[in-house]
This record gives sequence, C-alpha cells and structure tokens, in this order.
Amino acid sequence: MNTFEVLKKLSEAPGVAGNESGVSQIVAEEFKKYVDELRTDALGNVIGFKKGTGPSPRRIMLAAHMDEIGLMVSEIEKGFIRFTTVGGIDDRILLGQEVIVHGLKPLPGIIASKPPHLLSPEERKKVTPKDQLFVDVGLPEEEVKALVRVGDFISFAAKCVRLQGDMASGKAFDDRASVAALVCCLEHLSQMKHRWDVYAVATSQEEMGLRGAVVSAYGIAPDLAIAIDVGFGDSPGLSDAEAIKVGKGPAIAIGPNFHPALREALVKIAQELEIPYQTEAIPGPSGTDAWAIQVSREGVPTALLSIPLRYMHTPVETLSLKDIERTGLLLAHFISRLEKFPPE
Amino acid sequence: MLLKELSEAIGVSGNEEKVRKIIEEYVKPHVDKVSVDSIGNLIAFKQGDGSYSLKVVLAAHMDEIGLMVTYINEKGYLHFRPVGGVDERILPGKRVLVGDKAVPGVIGLKPIHLLKEEERSQVAPVESLVIDIGASDKSSAEKMVKVGDYATFDVAFQELGARRVKGKAFDDRAGCAVLAELVKERYPFDLYAVFTVQEEVGLRGAKVAAYAIEPDAAFSIEGTVADDLPKEKDVSPTARLGHGPAITIMDRTFVAFHPLVRLLVETAEAEGIPYQFKQPLVGGTDSGAIHLTKKGVPSATVAVPCRYIHSPVSILSLDDFENTIRLMEAALKRLKPEHLRVE
Repeated sequence: MNTFEVLKKLSEAPGVAGNESGVSQIVAEEFKKYVDELRTDALGNVIGFKKGTGPSPRRIMLAAHMDEIGLMVSEIEKGFIRFTTVGGIDDRILLGQEVIVHGLKPLPGIIASKPPHLLSPEERKKVTPKDQLFVDVGLPEEEVKALVRVGDFISFAAKCVRLQGDMASGKAFDDRASVAALVCCLEHLSQMKHRWDVYAVATSQEEMGLRGAVVSAYGIAPDLAIAIDVGFGDSPGLSDAEAIKVGKGPAIAIGPNFHPALREALVKIAQELEIPYQTEAIPGPSGTDAWAIQVSREGVPTALLSIPLRYMHTPVETLSLKDIERTGLLLAHFISRLEKFPPE
Repeated sequence: MLLKELSEAIGVSGNEEKVRKIIEEYVKPHVDKVSVDSIGNLIAFKQGDGSYSLKVVLAAHMDEIGLMVTYINEKGYLHFRPVGGVDERILPGKRVLVGDKAVPGVIGLKPIHLLKEEERSQVAPVESLVIDIGASDKSSAEKMVKVGDYATFDVAFQELGARRVKGKAFDDRAGCAVLAELVKERYPFDLYAVFTVQEEVGLRGAKVAAYAIEPDAAFSIEGTVADDLPKEKDVSPTARLGHGPAITIMDRTFVAFHPLVRLLVETAEAEGIPYQFKQPLVGGTDSGAIHLTKKGVPSATVAVPCRYIHSPVSILSLDDFENTIRLMEAALKRLKPEHLRVE
C-alpha cells in the first residue's frame, strides 16, 4: 500500500466523534482488501475480521480510533453560525481556520471574528474566546437557515500534505495515523500465516470518552488487545521528558494500563526484527482505547503502541510515514508469531 | 477566472514578480504600452480618445501580507517575522508555502494537553512560533529554503455559492482584477493603470509611480474590510458584503477629493449601481501616497468589500466585484476637468 495515499484519504475524510460515517466508509474500503469479514456495530465501530489458522483460535483485538475532534452548530445569528466544541479543541487554533459545515449539503466555511483593527491592544494578546467566534459559510441568511440546523457537525477542512523527507501533515492524524497502521498490518498479515483470529477495529467516539472501544471490546471479547494511538512527538516548546521522538519508531507504553508480559513480547519482536521503537512511561490513565479495553468483561491483557505526533489536536498534525509503517510491521510480526499467551 | 489565478499566486511585499507576470500577460493586448519601473510597479498605459488632455492613474496593489524566514535553527525549524499587518491570532495551526519553490510547511503549537491553564488563553507571540517543513536538521532545511524566503498561507480559491467566493489575498488582488478589466475600455483621457508593489509595508510603490507619472487625478481600487459579523454593541460596520462598492470619504491616510466622490456617487445613482460609504478613518490605501505627490493629486478610493482581509482566507461577493468594475468604468467615462477643481 502507499502509506501516504491511505493516510491522506483517511485524514481528509470528515468524521467528528459521534458522526464517523464519512471516514468509516474509507476505513471499510481499505479493510475490505485484506479481511475475511467486515461489520459495523451499533456505535459505528468498523470491525475487520481475519481468520486464524489455529485449531481453536484465540482472539486478538487491535484498536485505533477513527473519530476526530470538531465543532457543532449551536445557533444561527444573522446568517453566521455559532458553535460549540466536540472533544479537546485548542481555542488558539480556531481563528482563520477553514471548516466544512455538514448541513443538508456540505458547506465550506471559515472561522471568523472581529478584525484586529477593532480590538483593544489587550484583546489582541488574548485568545479570542469561542463566544466571539463564528463560522461564515458566505451565504445569505435565508440560505443558511434553509441548509443548516442546530446540532449539525462541523469538521476541519485541512489538506493532507507531504513535507520534507518522509514527513506528512494534516488533520485527524490523531488517530487515523493508527488506522493507517492497522491497514498496513492487515496487508502484511495477508502475506503471512497467523494462528490467532484478528479483529482490527477502527473505533468511534474515542474523543468523547473511549465509548466505541467499550462496546467493541465487549462484543469481540478478545483474549489480548493492542491499542494504537498517537503520542506527543518532539516539537518546539516540549522538553525531552515530555515527548517521544518523531521518526524513531512507535513507542511501546509501560504503566498500569499495560500487561507487562504483552509489552515484553512486543519489545522482544521489535528487537529481533530491528524495528526501531521507543519507550513511553504512562504512570496513570493512558487516555486511549487501551484504558477501556483493559477492564472489558473479566479483563483483557492490553498494550499500547504510540505513533509520535507533533502539534496534536491541530489541523496541522505532523508525523513520519515510516513510523506508521514500522507500527504496522511490528503488529503483523507480533501476531504471526502469537501462540500461547502468556508465553511459557 | 483572473481573480482565482491572482488570489492563488504568491506575492508577498517585495516579491511581487509572479503576480506581475499574470497581470502583464492579461492586460498587454488591451493597452498601448506596458512598463515596469525600478521598484517593480507594473504600469499599463492606454491613450485617451483625445477629449481631454488629462492623466488619470488607477492604482491597485499586487503585494499581499505574509511571513519572512529570519533564521533556521539547528533542528531545521524556520523562525519568521510577519511582512505587513499580519494578525498574530491567526498564525497557529496553518499551512504555509515557503520560498520560490513553494515548499509546504506548517505552523504548529504545543499540544493543548500539555498546556498550563494560563497558556490556553494567551495568543502565542510570533517570536515563539516556527514553521516546520519536516526537515530533520538545519542542513537539510537549507537545501529547500533560506533566510529571507517569503511564506504565504496555502489557501485554495473556491466558490461558496450565492455568488460568494473565498480565497487568500483578495486585499488587493480583487483591485488588480478590477483594474485589469477597466483597461479594456478607452476613456476621454490618458489612463495609467498602475499595479503597485509594497503597499502593505507603507504604500511605497505608489509613491514612486505617482511621482514619475504626475497624474491629474488618481483612484485607488482596494479590497477593503467588511466586518458585518454580529457584534455585542451595535456599531456600524466598516463595509458590508453584498452592498456594492465601498467609496472612501476619509481613511487614515487621506481625505478623498470631494468632487471625485461626488462623481462616483452621481454615477452610481444614475446607473443604478449599489454603493456604500466606507466607515471613516479605518485603513489606508495607495491614495495616501498618491495624493501627496509633488503639488498634490486629486484622489479617491473605491473598494470591493472583503471579509477577513489580513487573515489566511477572505470572502467576497462577485456582485460587489462586478459592480466595482461597472461603477469605475462609468465614472471614468463621465470624468471631466471640472471634477478636478477644488469646489
């Protein structure tokens, strides 16, 4: 697969938490190429099933969330749209951003506010609060009222672009970069033997509280699970202690959320295959699907791979394409060698 | 569509070449002479029909606001400063194109998850921001970009419906596109359509062009502020989208010449063209430089209202745009020597 092309399709699709249908179609198209069965559950999780060759195969679940943060229409005033936020939006990046309002038809718009010459010097230094921001779709008031309703989702309209080297930038890499890694893993697995049944899940509503992971983990009842999410990549303003390094491979997380033997097994395979990896220490809640899956039913041994990502929760999230490929490769080799767990 | 082509062209103050080439090619067949002066202004001359021996300048600026790379650090990030009046609030989270090769880059930010509460409400000062082109270090960055390279926002022109369009740099590519249409007509006087440089850094192109031409009258054609968003207090907006060309009475840089303002208003009313007055004392245009040239030049400014100028992406109404062309064309045909005499 062409990693950038898959990532670009996933990134540019709309899919704000609670309304993932735009991106879930893309996920289904990509998964379909490699899996035996594909289904979508009641919360919109897309689940790709790939049968194992073992006599009575056990189940491994891979989870990466496909929902993105976004906005929602809260009021229409004189043809301009007031909005509320869906997920952890950084107010600092809203002004001047291009968006799509998902009304009766998709409407391109701009996040706008008072021009700078009407601001006091103090106001210019303050981030413009949400209640002074509007989405302008450029249409007359009557047309806006006819096409847009309170509750319509608004997604960012950022293009996904190649930067220098193997770097790329775009929106919703959190966590569609990991969905791309799942596609990469499935592609590898289609050329490999694996004894375990594999459930690749693009989860919904992670940004609203890991909800897709809760129900999909229950439905699948896996024996093992690996969540894939993004981690804070080194970037200006972050200390080395706060960040993992972009371009140095996925981070294998360590902490109470993760099963030590599962983590060790992943590390061992990365070392054997000389796949670059890093260690990320997460002393408490990981804030990822792994947190929900670990306590599903009677409990699931769970691990987390983090793809290093710069500028998280902005429309210009930036990462290394190699890190996505390494994540997919590590997952595939791990799964193909899986026999007993915990290993004896 | 010329407006689309001009909007998407890159031409920050001091580096207007790409815009100049597009305009030059477009106007050349319609005028008698095209020249470029020492600072980079493009001057298209069209002889009059012989009715009056007058020289009239129409000015629109080709340059746009943007950024300039001032330093490349060891990690390969580009430090930058604004060129012209860039609103600092809009920088984070934007895509930019750097240098002549239009190298893509992004202006990132520390993730919200790692911010202290007080950092969340502070606008990040421009000195703290960098452009990330994905280079692994200084030397690989320097293969693609250099100190002094300009950067602009990466924004596509697009129709929004209801005759509205969005794009970057409508201030003042909208004016350039109006001028490029106006030169197709012949007028009762000699016309100098001046596509100026460096307006955003202090009206510098207009100053030297006006000195060289010594016009008897001048009109600046602008893309001006339309701030018709709902506000807490009911203050009148600078200009409204869809309400026609905005005629300036007085801005920060000049007082419009009354007989020319009257000419514009009378023309609009006679021709049934909608118009509005721009709210006084906001903004400034090339007229500020032109009207002070030599012994003084009677000058006026007419503008296409644009929402969100000086941000990455603006919106204008094609009706306003076309009405600006109509108004100017009709007014220029009615222009007589008495409109240039102080009342």
